[in-house]
Amino acid sequence: MTMASTSSSGRPVLGFLTRRREGGQWHWTDVFTYVYLVLGVLLMFGPVVWLVLSSFKTPAGLLEFPPTLLPLGQIEVQVEGYDDPLPLFAVTMEDGTVKELAQIRRIGIMAQMVDPENPGERVSVPINTREPIREMRVATENYIDPLETFNFLRYLQNSVIVTVVATVITLLINSMAAYGLAIYDFKGRNAIMLFVIGTLMIPVTIVLVPTYLVVTQLGMVNTLWAVILPGAATPTGVFLLRQYMLTIPKDLIEAARMDKASEWTIYWRIVLPLSLPAIAVLAIFSVMWRWNDFLWPLVVLTRNEVYTLQIGLNAFQGELDVQWHYVLAMTVVTLIPVVLVFAFLQRFITTGIASSGMK
Amino acid sequence: MTEIKLNKVVKAYGEVEVIHGIDLEIHSGEFVVFVGPSGCGKSTLLRIIAGLEKVSGGEVVIDGEVVNTVPASERGLAMVFQSYALYPHMSVYKNMAFGLENAKMPREEIDKRVTEAARLLQIEPYLQRRPKALSGGQRQRVAIGRAIVRDPKAFLFDEPLSNLDAELRVAMRKELAGLHAKLGGTMIYVTHDQVEAMTLADTIVVLSGGNVAQAGKPLDLYNKPRNTFVAGFIGSPRMNLVEARVAANGTGFDLVSGAQTIRVPEVPGLEAQSSATYGVRPEHIAITGEDDADVTATVELSEQLGGETYLYCSADGLPQLTVHQLGQLPVERGQVIHLKFDRSKMHVFGADGNVLANGLPT
Repeated sequence: MTMASTSSSGRPVLGFLTRRREGGQWHWTDVFTYVYLVLGVLLMFGPVVWLVLSSFKTPAGLLEFPPTLLPLGQIEVQVEGYDDPLPLFAVTMEDGTVKELAQIRRIGIMAQMVDPENPGERVSVPINTREPIREMRVATENYIDPLETFNFLRYLQNSVIVTVVATVITLLINSMAAYGLAIYDFKGRNAIMLFVIGTLMIPVTIVLVPTYLVVTQLGMVNTLWAVILPGAATPTGVFLLRQYMLTIPKDLIEAARMDKASEWTIYWRIVLPLSLPAIAVLAIFSVMWRWNDFLWPLVVLTRNEVYTLQIGLNAFQGELDVQWHYVLAMTVVTLIPVVLVFAFLQRFITTGIASSGMK
Repeated sequence: MTEIKLNKVVKAYGEVEVIHGIDLEIHSGEFVVFVGPSGCGKSTLLRIIAGLEKVSGGEVVIDGEVVNTVPASERGLAMVFQSYALYPHMSVYKNMAFGLENAKMPREEIDKRVTEAARLLQIEPYLQRRPKALSGGQRQRVAIGRAIVRDPKAFLFDEPLSNLDAELRVAMRKELAGLHAKLGGTMIYVTHDQVEAMTLADTIVVLSGGNVAQAGKPLDLYNKPRNTFVAGFIGSPRMNLVEARVAANGTGFDLVSGAQTIRVPEVPGLEAQSSATYGVRPEHIAITGEDDADVTATVELSEQLGGETYLYCSADGLPQLTVHQLGQLPVERGQVIHLKFDRSKMHVFGADGNVLANGLPT
C-alpha cells in the first residue's frame, strides 16, 4: 500500500497501472497477474469495442476482408448505367500510370472495371494490380436511419416502458412475498419457500404455451402488459430478498410493533429501506432480464407498434439479407441502458450479492 | 395509572413448558425488577406482558382488561430492548418520532414531545445523527427516549444496561432511578444483575426455572429469603450456604458438616437426623478469639479494598467461606483465624430448601 501511494503521488495514472507487490521489484507473480488481467480485458472488453467500432462502418466497410478495426470504408461511386454504387479502386495500369476505376464485378483473378468519368468503356485488370481507395468515415446513418425511418424510437419507448413498469412491479410483489416468508413464523413456511425455489427448475420453454393461452384468454396479446405481467413474480427475486430480510434483527421488527406500527408500516418503513442493497441487486437483474428479454416478447408481440427493441432488432434479420450495419448500431443502442445501470449501481451488486449469499 | 396482573400465566414452546403458572400483581407507578439467572424465564415473562409472545395458559390483565388477544401494538406499552433496536436508517429524531407518527399525532405535538424528551435525556445535539454515529450510552438514551415520548401505560426494559461498560452502567442505573422518580410511570425491568435489581427496584421478583422464587421489597428479600435460591442469589458476595446433618443436643441442635459442628438453639420445623442448610452472610461473620469460635479456618485469599476487606477461607468439611470486614485487616494468605457466626442473622433452611428461620434467638 505504501509503495502504491508513494509512486502514485508523482505520476498518478502510471503509478496506478504499474502497481506491484511490496518492494517495487517485478516479481514473477506481478508479470503473471498483468498478463492474466490483460487477457481478461481483451477477452471481455474486446468484442464490445469491436461492436462499437463496427457499428460506425458502412456496409462495404463491414464486408471488407481482411477486416479493419477502425471504421474505414471503401469509397463507392454512383456510375451512370449502374443501379448500385460501385466500389472505387486505384489501379496500376500496364504503363505504370495509376487510375481511379470503379469495379463492376470480379471474375476469378480478373476484375471488370469502369472509369466513372467515362462509363461507356470497360477494362479488365488483374486483381493484384488494384488497391481499394478507402477513407475514414463514421457512418452515423447506421444510427439515424433506424431511429428515424424504422420506428426504432417507438421500440425504444416500448422497451423502456416494459423495463421500468415490470421492474417496479417485480420489486414490489417480490419484496412483499419475501417479507411474508422472512418475518412471519408459520407452519409450512419452509415448504412454501422450497416450492418457490422449485419453480426455478422449470424451463421457460415448457410454460411458454400454457402462459400464452392464459395471456390470450385475458385478451392481452399485442399489449405491453402481456410482456410485463407474466414474469413479474420471480423465484430468484423472492429468494434473494427473503435471504436478505432474514438477516434483519428481529428486535427491530418487535420494536416497530411496540411503536404501534401496522404490518404495512413495518414493511414499508423498516424492512424495505433496510433491504435496499438486496433490492438494488434485484432491480439490476430485473432491468437486465426485461431489457434483454427476447423469446417471450417475440411470442406475444406480433404487431410492429408494440415491438420492443430486441424484437425490432430481429426484424433487420431478413431471411436472405441481414443488414449488419443496422443490427450492430441498434445493438449498441440496446447496450447503453444496461451499461449505465451497471456503472451506477455496481457497488450494490457486490455488496448485495455478498450479503444475500447469492452467487 | 396502570395496574398489570398476571393470573396463572403459562408459556410452553411445543412440549417444553418454560413458565409454570406465574401469579403476579404490579401496582401503578411501581418499579418492578425481574431478576434471575439466564434461562429462568424473566425475558419471556416480559415479552408476554409486552404482547410479543402469546401465553399458552392463564391471563394477562392490564387495567382490568384481559389482553391475551390484544396485539403488542395495541397494548400501549413501550419497551427498551437489550440491543436498543434503533432503526439504523433513521435519524435519532425520526427514531423517536416513529411511534408517534404511527399514532397519527399532529406534527407540532410530535416535535414538542421529541424535543422535550431529548432535553430530559441530554441528547439534543445528536437529534439529526444516525444511530451508527452514536456511542453505546447515547444509543441507550435514544432507546429510552423512544419509549418516553410515547407516554406509555408502562415501560418495559429488557436488560437495557447489559451492553454498556461497567462505569457507564452505574451511571445509567442512577439516571434510570432518577427518571422513574421524575416520570413516575409503572416500570418493569429485567436483569440478571442482582445489584441493579437491589438498587432500582421497589419490588424485586426473583425467578427461578419458570417460577417465582420470591417477590418483595429488596431488603425483605435480603433479610428474609424464603428459600436457598433467593438466599444465594440476592446479595453480593453471595451468602455462605452450608449443608449439614441435624443432631439433637438436649437444649437445641447441632448442625454437623464434616468436622465442623455449629450449635444452634431450637428451631421450629427442624428435626433431628434430617438434613438442612444454614446460611450466613459474609458481613455476619465475626473474627474472634479461639474460645468463642464456631469455626477455625485458613485464609486462602484476602482482598483488601481499603475501606473493606474480603477474606476467602477454607475449613475442613465446609465450602469456601466468604468473610466481610470493614476497614483494613492485617491478615495474610495461609493465616489461621477464628470465626463466629452471628446467630441473630443466621438463616436455616429445611431439606426441601424452604426457610425454617430467618435469624435465630440468641
